[in-house]
Amino acid sequence: MKEFAEMIRVIDGTNKTNLKVAALTEYFKTAADPDKLWAIAILSHRRPKRPVNTTLMRQWATALSGIPEWLFEESYHIVGDLAETIALILPSAEKSTDKSLSEIIQDIIDLRSKEDREKQAYLSDIWLRLNYYERFVFNKIMTGGFRIGVSQKLMTRALADATGIDKDVLAHKLMGSWTGENTSFQELIFEDNEIARRGKPYPFYLAYAVEAEVDDLGSVTDWAMEHKWDGIRSQSIIRSGELFVWSRGEELVTDKYPEFQRFLGKIPDGTVIDGEILPFKDGQILHFNDLQKRIGRKTIGKKLLADVPVVVVAYDLLEHEGQDIRHLAYAERRAKLDQLVTEINQGEEQLTQEERTPIFLSETMYFNSWEAAAEERDLAREKRSEGLMIKRKDSPYLVGRKKGDWWKWKTDPFSIDAVLTYAMRGHGRRANLYTDYTFGLWDQGELVTFAKAYSGLTDAEFRKVDAWIKKNTLERFGPVRSVTPHHVFEIAFEGIAPSTRHKSGVATRFPRIVRWRKDKPIEEANTLDDLKALIPD
Amino acid sequence: MRDPLLQFTDKGIYCKQAGVYLDPWKPVKKALITHGHADHSRWGHHQYITHKDNVPIIKHRLGDIEVTEVEYDKSFSINNVNFSFFPAGHIPGSSQIRVEHKGEVWVFTGDYKVENDGISVPFEPVQCDTFITECTFGLPAFKWQPQAQVMNDINTWCAQNNAEGKTSVIFAYSLGKAQRVIKHLDTSHLKIYCHGAVYKMTEVLRHQLDLPPTHLITRDTTKDELVGQIVVAPPSAHGSPWMRRMVPYVTSSASGWMTFRGARRRRAIDKGFVLSDHCDWEGLLQSIEATGCENVITTHGYQEIFARFLREEKGLNAISERTQYEGENLDSKDSADENPDEHDQKNQDV
Repeated sequence: MKEFAEMIRVIDGTNKTNLKVAALTEYFKTAADPDKLWAIAILSHRRPKRPVNTTLMRQWATALSGIPEWLFEESYHIVGDLAETIALILPSAEKSTDKSLSEIIQDIIDLRSKEDREKQAYLSDIWLRLNYYERFVFNKIMTGGFRIGVSQKLMTRALADATGIDKDVLAHKLMGSWTGENTSFQELIFEDNEIARRGKPYPFYLAYAVEAEVDDLGSVTDWAMEHKWDGIRSQSIIRSGELFVWSRGEELVTDKYPEFQRFLGKIPDGTVIDGEILPFKDGQILHFNDLQKRIGRKTIGKKLLADVPVVVVAYDLLEHEGQDIRHLAYAERRAKLDQLVTEINQGEEQLTQEERTPIFLSETMYFNSWEAAAEERDLAREKRSEGLMIKRKDSPYLVGRKKGDWWKWKTDPFSIDAVLTYAMRGHGRRANLYTDYTFGLWDQGELVTFAKAYSGLTDAEFRKVDAWIKKNTLERFGPVRSVTPHHVFEIAFEGIAPSTRHKSGVATRFPRIVRWRKDKPIEEANTLDDLKALIPD
Repeated sequence: MRDPLLQFTDKGIYCKQAGVYLDPWKPVKKALITHGHADHSRWGHHQYITHKDNVPIIKHRLGDIEVTEVEYDKSFSINNVNFSFFPAGHIPGSSQIRVEHKGEVWVFTGDYKVENDGISVPFEPVQCDTFITECTFGLPAFKWQPQAQVMNDINTWCAQNNAEGKTSVIFAYSLGKAQRVIKHLDTSHLKIYCHGAVYKMTEVLRHQLDLPPTHLITRDTTKDELVGQIVVAPPSAHGSPWMRRMVPYVTSSASGWMTFRGARRRRAIDKGFVLSDHCDWEGLLQSIEATGCENVITTHGYQEIFARFLREEKGLNAISERTQYEGENLDSKDSADENPDEHDQKNQDV
């Protein structure tokens, strides 16, 4: 545990990528195999299942510190991180432990089957055997969300440095449903067996946004385009008569979309399709909001299946006839995909949506000029897409976010001027600063909340707004403060739809702050009616 | 009902019976000043009354002002109200102000800490009925390590950077924290270079303190000369073009806020040392107990949370008041932190 905590401390203590990679590489070169496996698991968000919920952890930590519960809660709001709060308020350690990372994790796994009394006894003992930083890391493992400035990409790079295995090959090995409990370091990194490969997805290829003018990309004839659909990017894997559906967040979501079981028997074994999961009904793409109803559910009932059916809109073919074809040119891969999907769709025209194979092609478009492409992009909102994807015709399917071959060219966002009404402290590096804001729009002389946003200002601006909020608080509701309506901010968002779940009756997608409109008095902020007028018919 | 001995007004803490203000934030006729930080000793008062060690400090900062100096534990009276200054241990020349009238005693702490920092006269608890205390770090999350241990960490860090050929830049308030760090830096192998604001304040304090030699960074200071050495600069220098001549460097901040991971990461500082000139949680509680007070008024910091704790857990009659003091604010631009290049020019002229 000491070595792992020290490695995390070094990584957390620097913002220089090279130093982070060096610390990780050193760890991967020196740690024991079981510890390495768990380090990879934790850093790729595969921590063991939580044996104790956070409410109990708070209670037990509070009891051990001898402070009232409300004071713990206040401290937590200010520190902004539960693991850190617990590590800070507990009395200093007087003993220590030599347990390794994997031994500690085994303890955590064993706790699951224990009684609360035994769990509390274990935590109260181990907390006082760990120094501040070990305690923080331990709490992070317990509470999850191990975000400490190490991306999977960075970890893969360090692992490649330590093992000498190519980083793209490693990235593929690290995908899928393995956990620290069902594999070993040797098996995960060095062995290549069929069973492990069965449901393993390929790393997604991600695009950057077009930086300046689209004509900087050169001749339009080198590029293929398609709409950038607003759903869930996914990979559908059909191997050995089994279906696996992965989301871009590396989550196995097969069970959430039972309609895709109809792929089996239609799409041949040894096929992997990259596509967007979209809500689709009566020949029409529904709102992202509709899809959200299905994302959150654990069990998908009949009514929901009927109300919000989904389809895969296919972008790319990664595996064909059991072969990894990511190295082929985009145009070649698309030709195979087009043939595959067209054959499936043919002959199903007479069927109802419940009977059809729920897969369509995302239409590939070729333009003679960038102006023509821009005209198509202008239709994006009407077609319920976020804009266009621009893909080089001869591009291979790469690993991760890479510049050069694929670009996203989104429509300009909507924007509206709103009034700051509530503020909450941020988390992580924004702990103790009021950076999470709620914005209101005018409706019959009152400000009605329409969105929350917590990005878009510079650190210096956040500090100014934070100082202002602290001096202009009207009321406090736990961590939230209401403030005197005074400041106007321009808020941008990607999508807009009617909503019954929101007080304003409107849901916006990806709201963020564009600029602080110091020039505008609150009377000149927009109204709720202005917002509603933006909803497409 | 009789007016309270000290009341909170829009100009500052006011003693109506004596007609004087304590650390006022708007210009007044007569101001009793606890210490030299900008949020406590502001510009524009007619007359300043402060401890003698603070006189050169506020004169350096505020220029030609009318100051009456007092000594610790020597009382004087204004309109039959007795005032006396007691050491606050916050920075050199810092005081708590004791106010006594008709048998009632109030103490205003200004800013204070209990640990002896080796440069300030150590804090002395003063018996009182009503204690007006700051609570910048009034949360149980704040626990200071002994200064010797923190300074050992700082010295180890500097030596390690030196071995790697890097300059150690330490951000610390130019008044107080900078001299505290400088006092305890290991200069057996390394030299201390200073930003203009820190250098000038250190020179002012040399008259009352025994400090190791420091060197001013000027336009003529070369990179070769600085490499591997220690640089002490105010927090506002972080990220400024002035830092360029220190390349390659590593940065650190010495502040109580470094307790929070987020505070350090937000500022992209390489290393945080938890070192504060304010009390930690236990320090506040001990100090309050030592005064024997019944009433507590909490000011700048987590004043509402802290007052509630004192009421509910300690049975004290505690309330909180809003002030314009900033406590230990990592982001405030210290008024002494002038443009260092101006100092360069002045130095070249000499």
